[in-house]
Amino acid sequence: MTRYAGNAAAIRALVREQEVHRDVYVSEEVFQLEMEHMFPNSWVYVGHDSQVPNAGDYFSTTIGTQPVLLVRHTDGTVKVLHNRCPHKGTRITSETCGNTGKFFRCPYHAWSFKTDGSLLAIPLKKGYESTGFEQSHAATGMAPVRHVRNYRGFVFAKINDGGLDFEEFFGESLSSFDNMIDRSPVGQLKVAGGVLRYMHNCNWKMLVENQTDTCHPMVAHESSAGTVVEVWKKAPPGTKKPMAVEIIAPFMSPYEFFENMGIRIWDNGHGHTGVHHSIHSDYSAIPGYFEKMTAAYGEERAKAILSENRHNTVYFPNIMIKGPIQLLRHFKPIAANKTLVESWTFQLVDAPDMLLERTLMYNRLINAPTSIVGHDDLEMYERAQEGLHSNGNEWVNIQRLYSPDEVGQTNVTTNGTSEWPMRHQFRAWTKFMTMGM
Amino acid sequence: MTMLAEAPLKNAVPTDQELIDFVVREARLIDQQRFDEWLDLYADDAFYWMPLEWNQTDPRLTCSLMYEDKLLLSIRVERLKGARTFSQKPKSRCHHVLQTPQVDSRDTSANRYVTWTPMHYIETRLDEQTLYAAWATHHLSVEGGKLRIKLKRVDLINCDAAFGNIQLFM
Repeated sequence: MTRYAGNAAAIRALVREQEVHRDVYVSEEVFQLEMEHMFPNSWVYVGHDSQVPNAGDYFSTTIGTQPVLLVRHTDGTVKVLHNRCPHKGTRITSETCGNTGKFFRCPYHAWSFKTDGSLLAIPLKKGYESTGFEQSHAATGMAPVRHVRNYRGFVFAKINDGGLDFEEFFGESLSSFDNMIDRSPVGQLKVAGGVLRYMHNCNWKMLVENQTDTCHPMVAHESSAGTVVEVWKKAPPGTKKPMAVEIIAPFMSPYEFFENMGIRIWDNGHGHTGVHHSIHSDYSAIPGYFEKMTAAYGEERAKAILSENRHNTVYFPNIMIKGPIQLLRHFKPIAANKTLVESWTFQLVDAPDMLLERTLMYNRLINAPTSIVGHDDLEMYERAQEGLHSNGNEWVNIQRLYSPDEVGQTNVTTNGTSEWPMRHQFRAWTKFMTMGM
Repeated sequence: MTMLAEAPLKNAVPTDQELIDFVVREARLIDQQRFDEWLDLYADDAFYWMPLEWNQTDPRLTCSLMYEDKLLLSIRVERLKGARTFSQKPKSRCHHVLQTPQVDSRDTSANRYVTWTPMHYIETRLDEQTLYAAWATHHLSVEGGKLRIKLKRVDLINCDAAFGNIQLFM
């Protein structure tokens, strides 16, 4: 039975000002419509151009559930191609990344394609003479995603022709990318350290919402961060605080800390926590780093860059970045109740290695399938995914610090425990779901 | 009968059989959830390392699933006892099947003994049971007449796969 396909009114009715219907998390039909409409209408993160430094380098990923390739074309630009052969649909690459040389070659029938996707050659081509092949879908080669933007190394793509252009979609939110990149003395990032892949049996939006949910750390993470605080109390006085304790203990900060940290709201579902301070504010200085930054930018500008403490910046629909520790989490939808979380880390080019070491420690302590902090969160998501099947109440509450005035406001800051970012994400969700319906 | 957490070495230098028995006992303590006794088998400067990459050589500038000193291991053990450790309500259980450990190297003068142990590890919670295949490499030393773990390295056969929660110790 279809309830929502082609029915924009039914989709709009799922999102109220202060609550959302559980079908946004549990309905396979809604999930399929997200893949069909919301993801293709949005600028979705694909990858970083340092993953494909040389001509012919490729990286295989997904936009929503669609397989795509990020590839460095022979002219030096990056392209995003649908990863299927135009002939029979075979996925062209099987390795996650590699170098294809000057062309892709399908392993099934040896059709070949230039690195911009255009058809190069077909064996025994005369078999297609006078068949009208030139007019076929197959003749166009591997279909490129037409709207691709490389923003200072971060590559985004929009599958549909409609929707907003890149600048309009992101607005002022790109300042979080700028700050993360400017933390390199030469203004450049490089993917480094390997990617953590963590399978979640829950809807992808639960993870997105969690990134700005500041009322859960001291509760859900009492088991992990609270234990860190307790164990650390027993250390002999004067013991130097280890990096791991600096990373995990702030999750136990009290409510006032999170209220005062602030939240900023931008356009189209984007926003961040940590306007004034964050759980990353009190990390020890890395020897030699500030000197490098001062030499590169001058003291005043270096201080301005490093005094930003943005905690989690959420880019609608499905990534979060942590500028102060150069980390990107990609919430990849697989099914209504299944999400692959990839946590990527970046090296600040020309900065001390110790920064990458700390970033990697953060990633494995917080985002790994073996992470005690990750265990705390996943337990809650999976319980919610299960609990939402109850018919006792079909609604999820997102009302904390709600005010009717907030509708339509952007580029504003608010209390750090507000659920405004979640309401804001769902307003964007409705907009990009129903756009063109 | 409760197994003793450890057996004293007969001589200053451990025999191959003593190294093998130690590795087997370590797995048994995990399976029996005797985590405090298990933690005592680790030297104060020990590391427990579970690489993320196949043939990984660097734990510092390449990410790992785990690279934990004794402080972090003790935090895990304490967390498992916590009243509000919701991901352990109900608790996980685990089961090791070890191939006989092989003594790869014995360096008496450096006080360093290395064993290699192929294993299957099963972790279960509620209705889910997951099987992992791995190789455990133990770097052991004698401290105060007892064997201690300096480094335990667990290489999963599918270290780069996407996993759900892995909550206990392999």
